[in-house]
Order: sequence, then C-alpha cells, then structure tokens
Amino acid sequence: MITSPRETMLLTTPFHSRVAAMCPINEWGNWMGYTTPNAYFDVELEYFAIRSTTGVFDLSPMNKYRISGPDAEAYLNRMLTRNISKLGIDRVCYAVWCNDAGSMLDDGTIFRLGEQDFRLCSYQRADDWLQWCALGFNVTIDNESEDIAGLAVQGPTSCTVLTLLGCTGLDQLKPFGIAHFTFEGAPMMVSRTGFTGDLGYEVWVAPEQAEALWDQLFECGRDYLIKPIGGHALDLARIEAGFLQAHVDFVPAEESVRPGRTRSPLELGLEWLVDFSKPLFNGRLALLEEKARGSRYRFAMLDIEGNKPAEHSFILKGDKVVGTVTSAAWCPTVKSNLAYAQIEAPHGNVGDVLTAEIYYQRELHWTRLMAPCTVIDGPLFNPQRRRQTPAPAL
Amino acid sequence: MTDYDAVIIGAGHNGLICGAYLAKAGKQVLVVDGRDQPGGCASTRELAAGFHISDCAQWLYQFDDDIVRDLGLQAAGLTVGRAKHTVALQSDGDHLSIDGDLLRGAGIEAKDQAAYPLFRQQMNVFAKLMLKLYRGRAPKLVEANWTDRLTLMKLGLGLKLMGKGNMQDLMRLVLINIYDVMNENFDHQGLKAALALDAITGTGMGPRSPNTVFTYLHRALGHQLQASGVVQVMGGMGALGESLKSAAEASGATVRMGCRVEQIVKEGDRVCGVVLADGSTVPTKAVVSSADPTTTFADLLGYQHLETGMARRVAQYRTRSGTAKLHLALSGLPTVTGLDNDALSQRLVIAPSMESIELAWNPIKYAECGHHHIFDISIPSIEDPSLAPNGQHVLTALIHYLPYEPQGGWDAHRQTVLDNLIEQLEAYAPGLKAQIVASELLVPPDFEAAYGMKGGNWHHGELSIDQALMMRPFPGSSQYSTAVPGLFLCGAGAHPGGSLMGLPGRNAAREILKQGVLA
Ligand SMILES: Cc1cc2nc3c(=O)[nH]c(=O)nc-3n(C[C@H](O)[C@H](O)[C@H](O)COP(=O)(O)OP(=O)(O)OC[C@H]3O[C@@H](n4cnc5c(N)ncnc54)[C@H](O)[C@@H]3O)c2cc1C
Repeated sequence: MITSPRETMLLTTPFHSRVAAMCPINEWGNWMGYTTPNAYFDVELEYFAIRSTTGVFDLSPMNKYRISGPDAEAYLNRMLTRNISKLGIDRVCYAVWCNDAGSMLDDGTIFRLGEQDFRLCSYQRADDWLQWCALGFNVTIDNESEDIAGLAVQGPTSCTVLTLLGCTGLDQLKPFGIAHFTFEGAPMMVSRTGFTGDLGYEVWVAPEQAEALWDQLFECGRDYLIKPIGGHALDLARIEAGFLQAHVDFVPAEESVRPGRTRSPLELGLEWLVDFSKPLFNGRLALLEEKARGSRYRFAMLDIEGNKPAEHSFILKGDKVVGTVTSAAWCPTVKSNLAYAQIEAPHGNVGDVLTAEIYYQRELHWTRLMAPCTVIDGPLFNPQRRRQTPAPAL
Repeated sequence: MTDYDAVIIGAGHNGLICGAYLAKAGKQVLVVDGRDQPGGCASTRELAAGFHISDCAQWLYQFDDDIVRDLGLQAAGLTVGRAKHTVALQSDGDHLSIDGDLLRGAGIEAKDQAAYPLFRQQMNVFAKLMLKLYRGRAPKLVEANWTDRLTLMKLGLGLKLMGKGNMQDLMRLVLINIYDVMNENFDHQGLKAALALDAITGTGMGPRSPNTVFTYLHRALGHQLQASGVVQVMGGMGALGESLKSAAEASGATVRMGCRVEQIVKEGDRVCGVVLADGSTVPTKAVVSSADPTTTFADLLGYQHLETGMARRVAQYRTRSGTAKLHLALSGLPTVTGLDNDALSQRLVIAPSMESIELAWNPIKYAECGHHHIFDISIPSIEDPSLAPNGQHVLTALIHYLPYEPQGGWDAHRQTVLDNLIEQLEAYAPGLKAQIVASELLVPPDFEAAYGMKGGNWHHGELSIDQALMMRPFPGSSQYSTAVPGLFLCGAGAHPGGSLMGLPGRNAAREILKQGVLA
C-alpha cells in the first residue's frame, strides 16, 4: 500500500473542475493546502498572456477575513502599520503587519466595504493573530476564506473582457477601487488590484457562482486571447513588477525559529507603509528604535548583467559577502535579469555596484559566474495602463 | 498643583515602600489608593463589635529587616510579637511541634529528627542563593525559550559557592515537586505535610504540582530576610500598613486614601498621568503601579493601548487562587486537646498528610468546594488582648483550597462551606462551636473585591517559574519597567513576587532611580 507523507488531502478550489480541464500538462502544486496548477500549458506563454492579452489566476486559496464592528477601524489601525482611516469606502490598500518587535508577520490587502466593515486578504492563515489583536476592541472577525471564490483577471485586455462579461463602466474604476456588479443574479465584486503590476482586476463571487463565472469569462475573452495562468507565470510577473512574497522574500515572524531571521518593514523597503504619526500600532516602538539605530538590512532590487537568473546567489562587495538573493528571474518584458536581495547595511544604496555569485548547471556541469549588478531604484516594469483611468478598453 | 515625579497606584505595603524610597531620594511622590486604610492586604478589620482581625494577610515571616531599619518602621509604630513555632495538630492529640531545628511530639523518630536540620541547612543554602536574585532585578533573558531560561538559571544560581552536590540537587529539585522532595527526606506524615504546606500556601497548586519546590524556596528565604521567623503584628496586620504610611509621609511622600485610580493616561508613546475617581487628572513623569498586572494593563491602561503581543501576555497571565480565610469571634479561648495556652498562641496547622493536601486541592480543579480542608490558624488575641473584648478571642485561618467560583456561585455554597469548616475545627477543638460569637468565610472573589487583585491571588498572579524572576510578570515587562514607557510595576506581580516582603517595592524604587526617568 502506498501511504502519503502528508496527513491531509489537498483541498480543491471552487474553480477546480474548470482549472483541471484546462491544465493539459497536469503540473500541480500545493498552495496553502490547495491543489493549484504551477502551470497550465507553458509558463512563458502564460506570462505573455498577462503582459499582452489577459491572464486568469485562481486566487481562491488566499485567506479572507471579514473585520467588522464599531472598533473595526481602530482595530486595524492598531494592527497595521498603515493609517487605515485614510482608506475610503470601496477602496483597497496594500498593507503589512508586524509583531511587537517590529518584525513582519505578513502582508496583504485591506478592502474597505463600509464605515465599519473591512476585508483583509492575507497570504498566511491569520486567525490566531487576528483574534489576539481583538482583545479590547469591539470587533467581529470572521474567516470567510471558503465563502468567497476569487479570480485575478490581469492584462491589457482585462478591462475589455470584464466589460463584455457585464461589468459596465468598469473602465472608470480607479486603481485600488472597488465596484459592485451582479452576476447571474448574485453579487459580484470587482477590485482593480492584482499581483502583476499590470492593468488588472480581481473578481470575487460566492463559490456557487465560480464555475459559471469561469465559463463565461473565458467565453467573453476568447477573442482577446484570454488564458489561465499558473503560479510560476504569476511569480515571474510579480518579480518583474516589484512585489514581495511572504515565505520567499521574508520569513513570517510567527514561523521563524532562529534568532535574527525575521525582517522589519524598514528592512524590506516598505517604510512608505509605516505611518509613524499614528500614536500606536504593533511594532511602533521597535520600529522607531530601529529607525534611530539604523536597520541591519536593506532591501535591494538588482539589475544583473547577463541572462542567468541569480537564484539564491550570494551578493558580494569586493570579496566580502554582503547579502543574499531571495527572488530572481530573467524578466521578459523589461528584458532584464532582476533579483531582490537582502543586503547588509550600509551596502545596497541605489547605484551601488555589487557582484552576484551565480551558479548554474548544464548537463551536470556546474558553472560559477561572477556577474556585476547594480542596485536600481524600484521596478523597471511600470506601464501607464496600470494607472490610467479610464482604463484602456478596446 | 504639585508636579509629581511619580504617582504610585496602591498604598499596599509595596506601594508605600516604593513611595518611601523614592521620596527619600528627593522625589515628589503621590501614593493613591481606593481603600480607606493603608497597607492593602496588610489590613485590620472589625469582625464584630470589639473583635479585630487581620482581614487578609495574618502572618509576617519574610518582611525584609533592612526595610524596617531603612524606613524606621519601629519608630513609626510597628511592633511585632514573639517568634512563633509551628504546631501541626494531629487527630490523636499528640501534636508535632516544629521549632527551629527542633522537632517534638507526635512520635517523631530519630531519623527524621536528624534529617530535618540537614534539610533546613540545604534549603538555606538554596534560599541564600535565590536571595541574591531577589534583592535586585532578575537578570534578563537574551532569548525567550526554555533552554535559555534553564541556562540562565544554571548560570545565575550555580555561579555562587554552592558546591557541586548542592548545585546538582538544586537543578534537580527546582523542577520537581515538594511531594517528592519531602518523601526523599522524611518519613513522618505530619511533618511532611506541615512543611509542604509552606510550598502550596497562596498558590493554585497541590504538593505534587511542579513548581512547588520553587514556591517552597520563595517562602524559605523568609528566614534570610526576617530573622525573627513567623510573627504576628501587634494591633493586627493593619498596623504594618499604618506604620508604612507614616514612614512614607515622613520621607516626604503624599499618601491619599479613598481615591481610586480609574485610568492610566498615555500621551504619545509615554504614560503621562492618571485619572482619579474624582475625575481629576494627575500629571507625572512616571506611573508606578502596585495594583496587580492584569488590573494595571487590562483595566487601567486598556488592551487597546497595548501592542498585541503585550496584550496577549496580559490575557494569558495566570491569576488562579485557592486560598480562602475563616474568621471567628469567640466568647472564650478554645480548648484544643493536647495544647496549653502558650502552644495555642503559636501557628497551628491542620494538614494530616501530603495526600490530604493533594485531596483538598483536587476539587478546585473542578470548581468544587470539597469536604476536607487544610488550615493555617492564628489566635492572635492570646498575645495581643487588644484585639478582642476582655477574655474573649479572635481566630483567623488561612484555608486551602477553595475555588474562585464554585459551580452555582458562592451564594449557594458559602454557608455550607463555613459550617463544614467549623465542623472540621471542632474535631480538634471540642466546644468551639458553642463559643462562636461571629463567623465569616472570605473566598477569592471577596479578596478581589476588597483589595482589587485579580483572582484574589496571594501573589497578584501565580508564582510559577514561567511567571517568576526575569519573566515576572511576563517577558517584555520585567525588571519593574514595562513595555509601555513611563509605566512601572512595584507590587507583588513584579519580581520577586508576593507575601509581605517589601522587595518588589524597594527594588522597583531602586531601579526607577537608577534609570533616571524621574530626573
Ligand atoms: C487571603 C490572603 C492571605 C494572605 N496571607 C498572607 C500572610 O499571612 N502573610 C503574607 O506575608 N502574605 C499573605 N498574603 C499575601 C500578601 O497579602 C500579598 O502578597 C501582599 O499584600 C501584596 O502586597 P502589595 O503591596 O504588592 O499589594 P496589595 O497588598 O494587594 O496592595 C495593592 C493596593 O493597591 C490598591 N489598588 C488596586 N487597584 C487600585 C486602583 N485602581 N487605584 C488605587 N489603588 C488601587 C488596592 O486597594 C491595594 O490597597 C495573603 C494574601 C491573600 C489573598
């Protein structure tokens, strides 16, 4: 008998029947306990769907929490480093949260659905932490992860396809805005958000609507070369666009066991998300102290010579190792070899020239490459259509 | 209005001591308390017309002699009685007397008599060592995990001149329980139980619970702090509070009774004052709280003003208690079979065996009241006749164990339990019932209501190793500072913990002065 080392079976998302049908290469992965495709047919073609037509990504495994009640805003202001009071109704923002030591627990998006009504969409399971944060606040926290199915619909023709689906006027929706529609008589929420750095939307429906949504979306998008995309293509897009990924670019503090392995938002280049004018938030005192003392690490985006991805590379300054790479890819649209690295302060300033020690293998033959690289100021991929309102619709 | 350098919440013994030391150092200090009498749990109350009892704490056994001297407490009115020995009552009337190294009665065998001084000697070695950690702030942990905790204990404790044998014993003993330690050393049931009682008093633990060797040492180091051993305070325990108030005032502190602190106020990241029950706000450079940690952080500051990790620690801090009190006003001196009047004025304990203590503990795990209890009895009016009308007496007893809240609530159980306790006493003191003029049973929620400490807990929070020393009350808020700048702790919830000892208050004052926050 064959036994599985895993204790529980992987779950399937509400789109699974459709996803499986469109995944001829059958290349699956485990994303947060769900069976999800790493690729549907070809990573590069999927990636190019995101950048030149429309790519559809099943993001149902994301954790979704409803946070509501009279203290919901105060609760989030204490938990998040950002000032959530500035977030309007039907608006979304990217946010991070820390523990008392100022170490990153996770990042995610906050949807303001009402004055006292929010949704937090996180990469990690956060039930425990959200409950602890609720001590002393009049809020209700519901895990609605399984009550909502989500698709990311991303790419230059995404607005067009969704408009055909019935999202009339969607082109008027500003980045980080939320619009409400009906789909087959049930509510359908669309936010202009995503993880690709492109024009794109995320569509949220009840699981019962999932299959019909998928079918009709692909029907509407057929002429616009809509394609499903898997985890690998999305990863390529997010690296090109400059997005961090929990577990890859930082270890969530609740999971790190070795001293010194956690990172603060300041060390990850996310100071713009930290509002020190707020009187209290988790990690405030520690981050103030870090600011005064100076951070241990600096987040650097590297443009590396050549075309060999600098995966897991050491970064050197002269002969000295000053950092390591967390994410790396040859990015097709910007035609650059990019990497994110954690560089020991004081190295890693924009313009610094460092060396990436890259190892790659061809037919069991390893080659070591010392590739010069430059610290760049933000992502190279930043198309106009990402920000334009009205969104380009054909 | 005066600008205070420090406002101290609570005029219990620790709050007053902290205030007195700060004032002696030239600081402007206000000590405020919601009660009318100073001293907190060191209090005297009239039980019935002319009958006065020590309402909460009844024995003084580890009050630091240095503090008595530093603050001139004798001049301020503190008088204590003669040193008491412990008489462990046995059902056959042949009682066991424990007096220093000397054991008498109850058929105690030569083997135990020889073993006892050796045991005390070793405990004293350990206690002296622990005292080094007690007289100042406990060293901080670098990493908050168990290995580090143990390493630190090994280092901190082991460093000092104990010798290898003792050192190994300590490392082994501290993590086991008093039940096993007693059995390793002695045979006599009554002796083992009387000693084990010291380990479980004021805790929510039974003799077989881990941690009970640590709590035993906590009490055993009383001998190092207070040379006299167990005594009663003349005039009742409230006299200790009164003398401390006078001493604090003589040092220049202002003590304001009858005025609760409703709120600790934060401005920006720092605590900047308190709001009093009369609605006034008192600004200050530092707030030093001798209220228990849960009250301080959850009620007075509020969870929403803490970062989550800290709030979580407060919420998880354990304050379970099992200690209650029986108070009796008696028309005459009770007769205890086998005891003369002098013996009656000693510390009398009823704890037949360690098993009986463990069995008395079991019910509180299930919020039940049980039928057999452990007694730690004082008849203070023998040595101090001023406490009762002529020829009459008061009896107070610490009772182990009663739950915080029995199933059905205390109203449904109080009278039954009281009657049952009196019945248990009657077995040793025939005729007692007929002498009772007034009686009362105080249970943990009564102490919580009267003195404010959560759970009615003796130590303002269980004194277990994970909540002790550099982890007291919790990591991130130890060493008298807290995670909130400007807020300090100086009560039993701070290191080194509860009982009338004075060290939390004095250590806190020293630490605050050393930090220079009041400058
Ligand atoms: C039933 C019982 C019996 C005990 N028996 C003994 C014994 O025999 N011997 C012994 O050594 N120890 C005994 N103890 C333990 C001892 O009494 C305590 O450990 C000790 O009193 C703690 O002193 P403290 O000054 O830290 O706090 P407390 O004595 O508790 O004083 C705290 C003070 O703070 C005040 N306070 C609280 N909240 C506020 C607020 N918001 N505003 C203003 N004031 C506030 C309270 O009114 C109180 O006066 C006993 C404890 C209990 C519960």
